[in-house]
Amino acid sequence: MAEMLMKGNEAIGEAAVMAGCRYFFGYPITPQSELPHYMVKRLAEVGGVFLQAESETSAINMCYGAAGAGARVMTSSSSPGISLKLEGISYMAGAELPAVIVNIMRGGPGLGNIQPAQSDYFQATKGGGHGDYNLIVLAPASVQEIVDLTIDAFELADKYRNPVMILGDGVLGQMMEPVEIRELKVNIPEKPWATTGATGRKPNLINSIYIAPEPCEEHNLRLQVKFRQMARENVRYEDYRTDDAEILVVAYGTSARIAKGAIDRAREQGIRVGLVRPVSLWPFPYEHLAEVAQKVTAVLVVEMSAGQMIEDVRLALNGSKPVDFYGRLGGMLPVTSEILREIEKLAKGGRSNG
Amino acid sequence: MLQEIIMAGFGGQGIMSMGQLLTYAGMLENKHVAWIPSYGPEMRGGTANCGVTISDREISSPVIFEPTAAIIMNRPSLDKFELTVKPGGFILVNSSLIEQKVQRTDIKACYIPANELAEGLGSSRVSGMVILGALLELTKVVSFDSVEESLKKVLPEYRYNLIPLNRQALEKGAGVVRQAMKFAVANPR
Repeated sequence: MAEMLMKGNEAIGEAAVMAGCRYFFGYPITPQSELPHYMVKRLAEVGGVFLQAESETSAINMCYGAAGAGARVMTSSSSPGISLKLEGISYMAGAELPAVIVNIMRGGPGLGNIQPAQSDYFQATKGGGHGDYNLIVLAPASVQEIVDLTIDAFELADKYRNPVMILGDGVLGQMMEPVEIRELKVNIPEKPWATTGATGRKPNLINSIYIAPEPCEEHNLRLQVKFRQMARENVRYEDYRTDDAEILVVAYGTSARIAKGAIDRAREQGIRVGLVRPVSLWPFPYEHLAEVAQKVTAVLVVEMSAGQMIEDVRLALNGSKPVDFYGRLGGMLPVTSEILREIEKLAKGGRSNG
Repeated sequence: MLQEIIMAGFGGQGIMSMGQLLTYAGMLENKHVAWIPSYGPEMRGGTANCGVTISDREISSPVIFEPTAAIIMNRPSLDKFELTVKPGGFILVNSSLIEQKVQRTDIKACYIPANELAEGLGSSRVSGMVILGALLELTKVVSFDSVEESLKKVLPEYRYNLIPLNRQALEKGAGVVRQAMKFAVANPR
Protein backbone atom coordinates (compact mmCIF):
# COMPACT_ATOMS: atom_id res chain seq x y z
CA MET A 1 0.00 0.00 0.00
CA ALA A 2 1.51 3.30 -1.04
CA GLU A 3 0.22 6.82 -1.16
CA MET A 4 0.83 8.40 -4.53
CA LEU A 5 -0.07 11.66 -6.18
CA MET A 6 -2.02 10.83 -9.33
CA LYS A 7 -4.13 12.54 -11.94
CA GLY A 8 -7.71 11.32 -12.00
CA ASN A 9 -7.31 9.98 -15.52
CA GLU A 10 -4.19 8.03 -14.57
CA ALA A 11 -5.87 6.74 -11.43
CA ILE A 12 -8.66 5.22 -13.52
CA GLY A 13 -6.01 3.35 -15.51
CA GLU A 14 -4.14 2.11 -12.46
CA ALA A 15 -7.39 1.03 -10.78
CA ALA A 16 -8.40 -0.88 -13.91
CA VAL A 17 -5.09 -2.73 -13.89
CA MET A 18 -5.54 -3.46 -10.17
CA ALA A 19 -8.96 -4.90 -10.98
CA GLY A 20 -7.51 -7.28 -13.55
CA CYS A 21 -8.31 -5.32 -16.70
CA ARG A 22 -5.78 -6.26 -19.38
CA TYR A 23 -7.44 -4.85 -22.49
CA PHE A 24 -8.01 -1.24 -23.39
CA PHE A 25 -9.35 0.03 -26.69
CA GLY A 26 -9.71 3.74 -27.15
CA TYR A 27 -9.31 6.83 -29.21
CA PRO A 28 -7.82 10.05 -27.83
CA ILE A 29 -9.92 13.03 -26.84
CA THR A 30 -9.32 15.81 -24.30
CA PRO A 31 -9.81 15.90 -21.32
CA GLN A 32 -9.34 12.15 -20.83
CA SER A 33 -6.28 11.43 -22.98
CA GLU A 34 -3.99 10.79 -20.00
CA LEU A 35 -5.94 7.58 -19.45
CA PRO A 36 -5.02 5.97 -22.79
CA HIS A 37 -1.49 7.41 -22.40
CA TYR A 38 -1.21 5.68 -19.05
CA MET A 39 -2.61 2.41 -20.39
CA VAL A 40 -0.11 2.27 -23.28
CA LYS A 41 2.72 2.04 -20.78
CA ARG A 42 0.99 0.19 -17.95
CA LEU A 43 -0.69 -2.59 -19.90
CA ALA A 44 2.61 -3.43 -21.60
CA GLU A 45 4.13 -3.91 -18.14
CA VAL A 46 1.48 -6.44 -17.11
CA GLY A 47 1.23 -8.33 -20.39
CA GLY A 48 -1.99 -6.69 -21.51
CA VAL A 49 -3.05 -5.15 -24.79
CA PHE A 50 -3.56 -1.47 -25.55
CA LEU A 51 -4.89 -0.60 -28.94
CA GLN A 52 -5.66 2.81 -30.30
CA ALA A 53 -8.54 2.19 -32.65
CA GLU A 54 -9.16 4.19 -35.82
CA SER A 55 -12.35 5.60 -34.32
CA GLU A 56 -14.57 5.49 -31.25
CA THR A 57 -16.94 3.14 -33.06
CA SER A 58 -14.11 0.69 -33.62
CA ALA A 59 -12.93 0.97 -30.04
CA ILE A 60 -16.29 0.09 -28.52
CA ASN A 61 -16.72 -2.85 -30.91
CA MET A 62 -13.26 -4.12 -29.96
CA CYS A 63 -14.54 -4.02 -26.38
CA TYR A 64 -17.54 -6.06 -27.51
CA GLY A 65 -15.16 -8.66 -28.90
CA ALA A 66 -12.87 -8.76 -25.88
CA ALA A 67 -15.78 -8.89 -23.42
CA GLY A 68 -17.35 -11.65 -25.50
CA ALA A 69 -14.14 -13.64 -25.15
CA GLY A 70 -14.40 -13.27 -21.37
CA ALA A 71 -11.79 -10.56 -20.78
CA ARG A 72 -11.98 -7.61 -18.41
CA VAL A 73 -11.94 -4.70 -20.82
CA MET A 74 -12.21 -0.92 -20.70
CA THR A 75 -12.71 1.96 -23.05
CA SER A 76 -12.83 5.65 -22.32
CA SER A 77 -13.72 8.88 -24.01
CA SER A 78 -15.20 12.30 -23.47
CA SER A 79 -18.67 13.49 -24.41
CA PRO A 80 -18.60 13.60 -28.26
CA GLY A 81 -16.68 10.33 -28.34
CA ILE A 82 -19.19 8.67 -26.03
CA SER A 83 -21.97 9.72 -28.41
CA LEU A 84 -20.13 7.77 -31.11
CA LYS A 85 -19.85 4.74 -28.82
CA LEU A 86 -23.53 4.57 -27.93
CA GLU A 87 -24.46 2.15 -30.66
CA GLY A 88 -21.85 -0.28 -29.38
CA ILE A 89 -22.89 0.27 -25.78
CA SER A 90 -26.49 -0.62 -26.65
CA TYR A 91 -25.26 -3.75 -28.47
CA MET A 92 -23.22 -4.75 -25.42
CA ALA A 93 -26.18 -4.26 -23.10
CA GLY A 94 -28.30 -6.30 -25.52
CA ALA A 95 -25.70 -9.06 -25.75
CA GLU A 96 -25.13 -8.90 -21.96
CA LEU A 97 -21.44 -8.14 -22.15
CA PRO A 98 -19.51 -6.73 -19.18
CA ALA A 99 -17.20 -3.78 -19.72
CA VAL A 100 -16.25 -0.55 -18.03
CA ILE A 101 -16.83 2.61 -20.03
CA VAL A 102 -15.42 5.92 -18.86
CA ASN A 103 -16.86 9.31 -19.80
CA ILE A 104 -14.83 12.31 -18.66
CA MET A 105 -17.41 14.89 -19.63
CA ARG A 106 -16.68 18.17 -21.41
CA GLY A 107 -18.75 21.10 -22.58
CA GLY A 108 -21.33 20.45 -25.31
CA PRO A 109 -23.48 20.12 -27.31
CA GLY A 110 -21.69 19.16 -30.50
CA LEU A 111 -17.95 19.71 -30.46
CA GLY A 112 -18.44 22.15 -27.58
CA ASN A 113 -15.11 22.59 -25.83
CA ILE A 114 -12.67 20.69 -23.66
CA GLN A 115 -13.63 22.25 -20.33
CA PRO A 116 -15.38 20.26 -17.57
CA ALA A 117 -19.16 19.75 -17.73
CA GLN A 118 -21.90 17.46 -16.46
CA SER A 119 -24.25 17.73 -19.38
CA ASP A 120 -24.19 14.04 -20.33
CA TYR A 121 -26.29 12.97 -17.34
CA PHE A 122 -29.33 12.15 -19.45
CA GLN A 123 -27.20 10.28 -21.97
CA ALA A 124 -25.56 8.21 -19.24
CA THR A 125 -28.54 7.46 -17.03
CA LYS A 126 -31.54 7.39 -19.37
CA GLY A 127 -30.21 5.02 -21.97
CA GLY A 128 -28.37 7.15 -24.50
CA GLY A 129 -28.29 4.38 -27.05
CA HIS A 130 -31.38 2.73 -28.50
CA GLY A 131 -33.55 0.13 -26.89
CA ASP A 132 -34.60 -0.63 -23.33
CA TYR A 133 -31.39 -0.88 -21.36
CA ASN A 134 -29.62 0.60 -18.37
CA LEU A 135 -26.04 1.01 -17.32
CA ILE A 136 -24.90 1.24 -13.73
CA VAL A 137 -23.49 4.78 -13.65
CA LEU A 138 -21.01 5.69 -10.92
CA ALA A 139 -19.96 9.28 -10.30
CA PRO A 140 -16.78 9.78 -8.27
CA ALA A 141 -15.89 13.09 -6.63
CA SER A 142 -12.24 12.55 -5.74
CA VAL A 143 -9.25 10.76 -7.19
CA GLN A 144 -9.38 8.15 -4.41
CA GLU A 145 -13.05 7.54 -5.14
CA ILE A 146 -12.18 7.19 -8.82
CA VAL A 147 -9.90 4.29 -7.84
CA ASP A 148 -12.46 2.65 -5.56
CA LEU A 149 -15.38 2.99 -7.99
CA THR A 150 -13.36 1.82 -10.99
CA ILE A 151 -12.44 -1.37 -9.15
CA ASP A 152 -16.08 -1.86 -8.14
CA ALA A 153 -17.20 -1.16 -11.70
CA PHE A 154 -15.35 -4.20 -13.03
CA GLU A 155 -16.86 -6.40 -10.32
CA LEU A 156 -20.36 -5.12 -11.03
CA ALA A 157 -19.96 -5.48 -14.79
CA ASP A 158 -19.06 -9.14 -14.41
CA LYS A 159 -21.69 -9.75 -11.72
CA TYR A 160 -24.54 -8.53 -13.90
CA ARG A 161 -23.01 -9.11 -17.34
CA ASN A 162 -23.72 -5.49 -18.18
CA PRO A 163 -21.63 -2.43 -19.08
CA VAL A 164 -20.89 -0.06 -16.19
CA MET A 165 -20.09 3.59 -16.75
CA ILE A 166 -17.74 5.80 -14.73
CA LEU A 167 -19.00 9.35 -15.20
CA GLY A 168 -16.51 12.08 -14.37
CA ASP A 169 -15.66 15.48 -15.75
CA GLY A 170 -12.59 17.39 -16.88
CA VAL A 171 -11.77 18.59 -13.38
CA LEU A 172 -11.73 15.06 -11.97
CA GLY A 173 -9.73 13.76 -14.91
CA GLN A 174 -7.11 16.49 -14.79
CA MET A 175 -6.67 17.05 -11.07
CA MET A 176 -4.08 15.32 -8.90
CA GLU A 177 -4.78 14.06 -5.40
CA PRO A 178 -3.19 11.46 -3.17
CA VAL A 179 -4.41 7.92 -3.73
CA GLU A 180 -3.74 4.61 -2.07
CA ILE A 181 -2.54 2.03 -4.52
CA ARG A 182 -2.77 -1.46 -3.12
CA GLU A 183 -2.46 -5.04 -4.26
CA LEU A 184 -5.83 -6.60 -4.91
CA LYS A 185 -6.74 -10.23 -4.95
CA VAL A 186 -8.74 -10.35 -8.15
CA ASN A 187 -11.15 -13.19 -8.67
CA ILE A 188 -12.56 -12.90 -12.13
CA PRO A 189 -15.66 -15.11 -12.13
CA GLU A 190 -16.01 -18.08 -14.44
CA LYS A 191 -17.63 -17.05 -17.71
CA PRO A 192 -19.09 -20.24 -19.19
CA TRP A 193 -21.01 -18.12 -21.69
CA ALA A 194 -17.86 -16.61 -23.26
CA THR A 195 -16.69 -17.45 -26.75
CA THR A 196 -13.38 -19.06 -25.81
CA GLY A 197 -13.15 -21.68 -28.52
CA ALA A 198 -15.75 -24.43 -28.38
CA THR A 199 -13.36 -27.32 -27.70
CA GLY A 200 -15.26 -30.16 -26.04
CA ARG A 201 -18.46 -28.18 -25.59
CA LYS A 202 -21.31 -26.75 -27.55
CA PRO A 203 -20.49 -23.41 -29.20
CA ASN A 204 -21.55 -20.25 -27.39
CA LEU A 205 -23.26 -17.51 -29.31
CA ILE A 206 -23.07 -13.87 -28.26
CA ASN A 207 -25.55 -11.71 -30.07
CA SER A 208 -28.18 -9.07 -29.60
CA ILE A 209 -30.35 -10.00 -32.58
CA TYR A 210 -33.73 -11.63 -32.04
CA ILE A 211 -35.46 -11.50 -35.41
CA ALA A 212 -38.86 -12.67 -34.22
CA PRO A 213 -40.60 -10.31 -31.83
CA GLU A 214 -41.73 -13.01 -29.35
CA PRO A 215 -38.24 -14.16 -28.33
CA CYS A 216 -37.08 -10.55 -28.43
CA GLU A 217 -39.79 -9.62 -25.95
CA GLU A 218 -38.80 -12.58 -23.76
CA HIS A 219 -35.18 -11.44 -23.93
CA ASN A 220 -36.24 -7.92 -22.96
CA LEU A 221 -38.35 -9.15 -20.05
CA ARG A 222 -35.38 -11.14 -18.80
CA LEU A 223 -33.18 -8.05 -19.10
CA GLN A 224 -35.74 -5.98 -17.21
CA VAL A 225 -35.65 -8.44 -14.31
CA LYS A 226 -31.88 -8.00 -14.27
CA PHE A 227 -32.07 -4.20 -14.45
CA ARG A 228 -34.50 -4.16 -11.53
CA GLN A 229 -32.10 -6.30 -9.52
CA MET A 230 -29.22 -3.97 -10.46
CA ALA A 231 -31.32 -1.02 -9.32
CA ARG A 232 -32.16 -2.63 -5.97
CA GLU A 233 -28.61 -3.66 -5.15
CA ASN A 234 -26.52 -0.69 -6.15
CA VAL A 235 -27.86 2.55 -4.70
CA ARG A 236 -24.97 4.62 -3.39
CA TYR A 237 -24.82 8.10 -1.93
CA GLU A 238 -22.98 10.30 0.55
CA ASP A 239 -24.68 12.54 3.13
CA TYR A 240 -22.84 15.65 4.27
CA ARG A 241 -24.09 17.68 7.26
CA THR A 242 -27.69 16.61 6.65
CA ASP A 243 -28.59 15.65 10.25
CA ASP A 244 -30.18 18.97 11.20
CA ALA A 245 -30.42 20.45 7.69
CA GLU A 246 -33.31 22.72 6.77
CA ILE A 247 -31.97 23.31 3.30
CA LEU A 248 -30.77 20.43 1.17
CA VAL A 249 -28.31 20.70 -1.70
CA VAL A 250 -28.16 17.83 -4.19
CA ALA A 251 -25.10 17.61 -6.41
CA TYR A 252 -22.68 14.98 -7.71
CA GLY A 253 -19.04 14.83 -8.76
CA THR A 254 -17.18 18.13 -9.04
CA SER A 255 -20.34 20.18 -8.38
CA ALA A 256 -20.78 18.36 -5.08
CA ARG A 257 -17.23 19.22 -4.01
CA ILE A 258 -17.73 22.88 -4.75
CA ALA A 259 -21.15 22.77 -3.03
CA LYS A 260 -19.52 21.37 0.12
CA GLY A 261 -17.34 24.48 0.31
CA ALA A 262 -20.44 26.67 0.03
CA ILE A 263 -22.24 24.60 2.67
CA ASP A 264 -19.34 25.02 5.12
CA ARG A 265 -19.44 28.77 4.61
CA ALA A 266 -23.23 28.90 5.02
CA ARG A 267 -22.94 26.87 8.22
CA GLU A 268 -20.52 29.50 9.58
CA GLN A 269 -23.38 31.97 9.17
CA GLY A 270 -25.69 29.63 11.06
CA ILE A 271 -27.62 28.40 8.01
CA ARG A 272 -28.52 24.76 8.50
CA VAL A 273 -27.73 23.26 5.13
CA GLY A 274 -26.54 19.84 4.04
CA LEU A 275 -25.76 17.85 0.93
CA VAL A 276 -26.85 14.55 -0.52
CA ARG A 277 -24.35 13.47 -3.14
CA PRO A 278 -25.61 10.68 -5.36
CA VAL A 279 -22.66 8.37 -6.06
CA SER A 280 -24.69 5.99 -8.19
CA LEU A 281 -26.55 8.10 -10.74
CA TRP A 282 -28.21 4.95 -12.02
CA PRO A 283 -29.68 3.61 -9.86
CA PHE A 284 -30.57 7.03 -8.47
CA PRO A 285 -31.07 7.24 -4.67
CA TYR A 286 -34.78 8.18 -4.96
CA GLU A 287 -35.91 6.75 -1.64
CA HIS A 288 -33.02 8.11 0.37
CA LEU A 289 -33.47 11.57 -1.05
CA ALA A 290 -37.18 11.54 -0.31
CA GLU A 291 -36.42 10.55 3.27
CA VAL A 292 -33.80 13.25 3.87
CA ALA A 293 -35.95 15.87 2.17
CA GLN A 294 -38.85 15.24 4.57
CA LYS A 295 -37.10 17.38 7.18
CA VAL A 296 -36.11 20.28 4.93
CA THR A 297 -37.94 23.32 3.65
CA ALA A 298 -36.03 23.87 0.41
CA VAL A 299 -33.95 21.86 -2.05
CA LEU A 300 -31.25 23.25 -4.33
CA VAL A 301 -29.83 21.17 -7.17
CA VAL A 302 -26.38 22.22 -8.44
CA GLU A 303 -25.09 20.89 -11.74
CA MET A 304 -22.67 21.79 -14.50
CA SER A 305 -25.53 21.56 -16.97
CA ALA A 306 -28.83 23.26 -17.76
CA GLY A 307 -30.49 20.96 -15.24
CA GLN A 308 -30.63 17.23 -15.93
CA MET A 309 -30.29 15.42 -12.60
CA ILE A 310 -32.89 17.84 -11.26
CA GLU A 311 -35.53 15.72 -13.05
CA ASP A 312 -34.58 12.73 -10.90
CA VAL A 313 -34.61 14.89 -7.78
CA ARG A 314 -38.13 16.05 -8.67
CA LEU A 315 -39.18 12.43 -9.24
CA ALA A 316 -37.77 11.53 -5.83
CA LEU A 317 -39.59 14.36 -4.06
CA ASN A 318 -42.76 13.88 -6.08
CA GLY A 319 -43.90 17.47 -5.61
CA SER A 320 -43.48 17.43 -1.82
CA LYS A 321 -40.90 20.24 -1.75
CA PRO A 322 -39.93 23.12 -4.02
CA VAL A 323 -36.83 22.27 -6.01
CA ASP A 324 -34.55 25.10 -7.12
CA PHE A 325 -31.64 24.95 -9.49
CA TYR A 326 -28.27 26.53 -9.92
CA GLY A 327 -26.14 25.50 -12.88
CA ARG A 328 -23.29 26.60 -15.10
CA LEU A 329 -23.12 25.63 -18.72
CA GLY A 330 -20.72 24.98 -21.56
CA GLY A 331 -17.61 24.17 -19.54
CA MET A 332 -18.01 26.84 -16.86
CA LEU A 333 -17.71 25.85 -13.21
CA PRO A 334 -20.01 26.86 -10.37
CA VAL A 335 -18.17 29.15 -7.97
CA THR A 336 -18.40 28.58 -4.20
CA SER A 337 -19.60 32.15 -3.54
CA GLU A 338 -22.35 31.84 -6.17
CA ILE A 339 -23.71 28.64 -4.63
CA LEU A 340 -23.52 30.33 -1.22
CA ARG A 341 -25.62 33.19 -2.55
CA GLU A 342 -28.31 30.75 -3.72
CA ILE A 343 -28.30 29.04 -0.32
CA GLU A 344 -28.66 32.43 1.40
CA LYS A 345 -31.66 33.28 -0.80
CA LEU A 346 -33.34 30.02 0.19
CA ALA A 347 -32.50 30.59 3.86
CA LYS A 348 -34.33 33.92 3.70
CA GLY A 349 -37.37 32.09 2.38
CA GLY A 350 -36.89 33.25 -1.20
CA ARG A 351 -36.42 31.23 -4.31
CA SER A 352 -33.20 30.50 -6.12
CA ASN A 353 -32.89 30.76 -9.91
CA GLY A 354 -35.50 28.00 -10.13
CA MET B 1 -4.95 26.41 7.37
CA LEU B 2 -6.06 26.72 3.78
CA GLN B 3 -3.57 27.83 1.15
CA GLU B 4 -4.77 28.15 -2.43
CA ILE B 5 -1.84 28.94 -4.66
CA ILE B 6 -1.85 29.82 -8.35
CA MET B 7 1.34 29.38 -10.35
CA ALA B 8 1.37 30.91 -13.80
CA GLY B 9 3.82 31.56 -16.60
CA PHE B 10 4.92 30.42 -20.06
CA GLY B 11 4.74 26.80 -21.09
CA GLY B 12 8.24 25.40 -20.56
CA GLN B 13 9.08 27.35 -17.40
CA GLY B 14 8.37 24.29 -15.29
CA ILE B 15 5.22 25.73 -13.78
CA MET B 16 3.33 22.43 -13.74
CA SER B 17 6.23 20.53 -12.18
CA MET B 18 6.77 23.23 -9.58
CA GLY B 19 3.11 22.93 -8.60
CA GLN B 20 3.30 19.15 -8.41
CA LEU B 21 6.42 19.40 -6.26
CA LEU B 22 4.68 21.67 -3.77
CA THR B 23 1.62 19.39 -3.77
CA TYR B 24 3.80 16.38 -3.11
CA ALA B 25 5.47 18.19 -0.21
CA GLY B 26 2.06 18.93 1.29
CA MET B 27 1.13 15.27 0.96
CA LEU B 28 4.35 14.26 2.77
CA GLU B 29 3.27 16.54 5.62
CA ASN B 30 -0.04 14.64 5.77
CA LYS B 31 -2.08 17.61 4.67
CA HIS B 32 -5.00 17.51 2.27
CA VAL B 33 -3.70 18.46 -1.16
CA ALA B 34 -4.96 18.93 -4.70
CA TRP B 35 -3.29 20.05 -7.92
CA ILE B 36 -5.08 21.10 -11.06
CA PRO B 37 -3.67 22.36 -14.35
CA SER B 38 -5.16 24.82 -16.73
CA TYR B 39 -5.68 22.83 -19.85
CA GLY B 40 -6.79 23.95 -23.22
CA PRO B 41 -5.75 25.64 -26.41
CA GLU B 42 -4.05 28.42 -24.44
CA MET B 43 -1.33 25.98 -23.40
CA ARG B 44 0.16 25.70 -26.85
CA GLY B 45 2.83 28.38 -26.96
CA GLY B 46 0.92 30.59 -24.56
CA THR B 47 0.50 30.75 -20.84
CA ALA B 48 0.24 27.77 -18.53
CA ASN B 49 -0.97 27.76 -14.99
CA CYS B 50 -1.81 25.37 -12.23
CA GLY B 51 -3.50 25.58 -8.87
CA VAL B 52 -2.22 23.96 -5.69
CA THR B 53 -4.45 23.64 -2.64
CA ILE B 54 -2.96 22.62 0.71
CA SER B 55 -5.29 22.42 3.68
CA ASP B 56 -5.85 20.97 7.13
CA ARG B 57 -9.36 20.04 6.03
CA GLU B 58 -10.96 18.17 3.19
CA ILE B 59 -10.61 20.26 0.01
CA SER B 60 -13.88 21.25 -1.58
CA SER B 61 -13.01 22.83 -4.90
CA PRO B 62 -9.67 21.91 -6.48
CA VAL B 63 -10.26 24.81 -8.86
CA ILE B 64 -9.06 28.04 -7.29
CA PHE B 65 -11.26 31.10 -7.73
CA GLU B 66 -9.59 33.39 -5.17
CA PRO B 67 -5.96 32.42 -4.51
CA THR B 68 -4.29 33.17 -1.17
CA ALA B 69 -1.02 33.50 -3.12
CA ALA B 70 0.03 33.70 -6.75
CA ILE B 71 3.41 33.05 -8.36
CA ILE B 72 3.60 35.09 -11.54
CA MET B 73 6.32 34.13 -14.00
CA ASN B 74 5.32 36.22 -17.03
CA ARG B 75 3.48 39.41 -17.93
CA PRO B 76 0.24 37.90 -19.34
CA SER B 77 -0.17 35.97 -16.10
CA LEU B 78 0.07 39.15 -14.06
CA ASP B 79 -2.73 40.66 -16.13
CA LYS B 80 -4.78 37.52 -15.72
CA PHE B 81 -4.38 36.85 -11.99
CA GLU B 82 -3.66 40.13 -10.17
CA LEU B 83 -7.35 40.85 -9.71
CA THR B 84 -8.17 37.35 -8.46
CA VAL B 85 -5.84 37.27 -5.42
CA LYS B 86 -7.66 37.28 -2.10
CA PRO B 87 -7.33 40.61 -0.22
CA GLY B 88 -4.40 40.29 2.15
CA GLY B 89 -2.87 37.57 -0.03
CA PHE B 90 0.56 37.42 -1.64
CA ILE B 91 1.58 37.99 -5.22
CA LEU B 92 5.11 36.97 -6.15
CA VAL B 93 6.31 38.53 -9.38
CA ASN B 94 9.29 37.35 -11.39
CA SER B 95 10.82 40.79 -11.90
CA SER B 96 13.45 39.41 -14.29
CA LEU B 97 10.75 39.08 -16.92
CA ILE B 98 8.07 41.51 -15.75
CA GLU B 99 8.66 45.25 -15.49
CA GLN B 100 5.04 46.07 -14.65
CA LYS B 101 4.25 46.64 -10.98
CA VAL B 102 1.28 45.31 -9.07
CA GLN B 103 -1.46 47.95 -9.00
CA ARG B 104 -3.52 46.65 -6.10
CA THR B 105 -2.71 47.90 -2.64
CA ASP B 106 -4.77 45.36 -0.68
CA ILE B 107 -2.42 42.47 -1.48
CA LYS B 108 1.26 42.01 -0.63
CA ALA B 109 3.49 42.16 -3.67
CA CYS B 110 6.95 40.64 -3.67
CA TYR B 111 9.33 41.14 -6.61
CA ILE B 112 11.88 38.39 -7.13
CA PRO B 113 14.44 38.61 -9.97
CA ALA B 114 14.18 34.85 -10.28
CA ASN B 115 16.05 34.41 -13.57
CA GLU B 116 19.04 36.52 -12.50
CA LEU B 117 19.23 34.79 -9.14
CA ALA B 118 18.99 31.39 -10.83
CA GLU B 119 21.71 32.30 -13.33
CA GLY B 120 23.82 33.39 -10.37
CA LEU B 121 23.54 29.83 -9.11
CA GLY B 122 24.64 28.54 -12.49
CA SER B 123 21.36 27.54 -14.10
CA SER B 124 18.43 29.66 -15.27
CA ARG B 125 16.37 26.47 -15.13
CA VAL B 126 15.93 26.76 -11.38
CA SER B 127 14.20 30.16 -11.59
CA GLY B 128 10.96 28.51 -10.55
CA MET B 129 12.63 27.03 -7.48
CA VAL B 130 13.94 30.47 -6.50
CA ILE B 131 10.45 31.93 -6.50
CA LEU B 132 9.04 28.81 -4.83
CA GLY B 133 11.56 29.38 -2.03
CA ALA B 134 10.24 32.92 -1.64
CA LEU B 135 6.69 31.55 -1.44
CA LEU B 136 7.67 29.06 1.26
CA GLU B 137 9.31 31.83 3.29
CA LEU B 138 6.26 34.07 2.99
CA THR B 139 3.52 31.52 3.56
CA LYS B 140 5.24 28.69 5.50
CA VAL B 141 2.85 26.43 3.60
CA VAL B 142 5.29 23.51 3.79
CA SER B 143 8.87 23.13 5.02
CA PHE B 144 11.97 23.34 2.82
CA ASP B 145 12.87 19.82 3.90
CA SER B 146 9.53 18.49 2.63
CA VAL B 147 10.16 20.06 -0.77
CA GLU B 148 13.63 18.55 -0.87
CA GLU B 149 12.17 15.18 0.13
CA SER B 150 9.62 15.52 -2.65
CA LEU B 151 12.39 16.07 -5.19
CA LYS B 152 13.68 12.63 -4.26
CA LYS B 153 10.24 11.21 -5.00
CA VAL B 154 9.65 12.93 -8.34
CA LEU B 155 13.18 12.86 -9.80
CA PRO B 156 14.71 9.69 -11.20
CA GLU B 157 17.78 8.60 -9.22
CA TYR B 158 20.25 9.67 -11.92
CA ARG B 159 19.00 13.23 -11.43
CA TYR B 160 19.62 13.31 -7.67
CA ASN B 161 22.80 15.29 -8.36
CA LEU B 162 20.50 18.25 -9.09
CA ILE B 163 18.97 18.28 -5.61
CA PRO B 164 21.64 20.48 -3.94
CA LEU B 165 21.26 23.11 -6.70
CA ASN B 166 17.47 23.09 -6.25
CA ARG B 167 17.86 23.44 -2.50
CA GLN B 168 20.22 26.39 -3.03
CA ALA B 169 17.66 27.98 -5.32
CA LEU B 170 14.94 27.62 -2.67
CA GLU B 171 17.20 29.18 -0.05
CA LYS B 172 18.11 32.00 -2.43
CA GLY B 173 14.48 32.97 -2.92
CA ALA B 174 13.79 32.72 0.80
CA GLY B 175 16.83 34.92 1.48
CA VAL B 176 15.48 37.66 -0.77
CA VAL B 177 12.21 37.64 1.15
CA ARG B 178 13.98 37.76 4.51
CA GLN B 179 16.08 40.73 3.31
CA ALA B 180 12.97 42.52 2.04
CA MET B 181 11.21 41.93 5.34
CA LYS B 182 14.14 43.37 7.29
CA PHE B 183 14.03 46.37 4.97
CA ALA B 184 10.31 46.78 5.54
CA VAL B 185 10.75 46.71 9.31
CA ALA B 186 13.68 49.17 9.18
CA ASN B 187 11.73 51.60 7.02
CA PRO B 188 8.20 51.69 8.35
CA ARG B 189 5.95 53.90 6.28
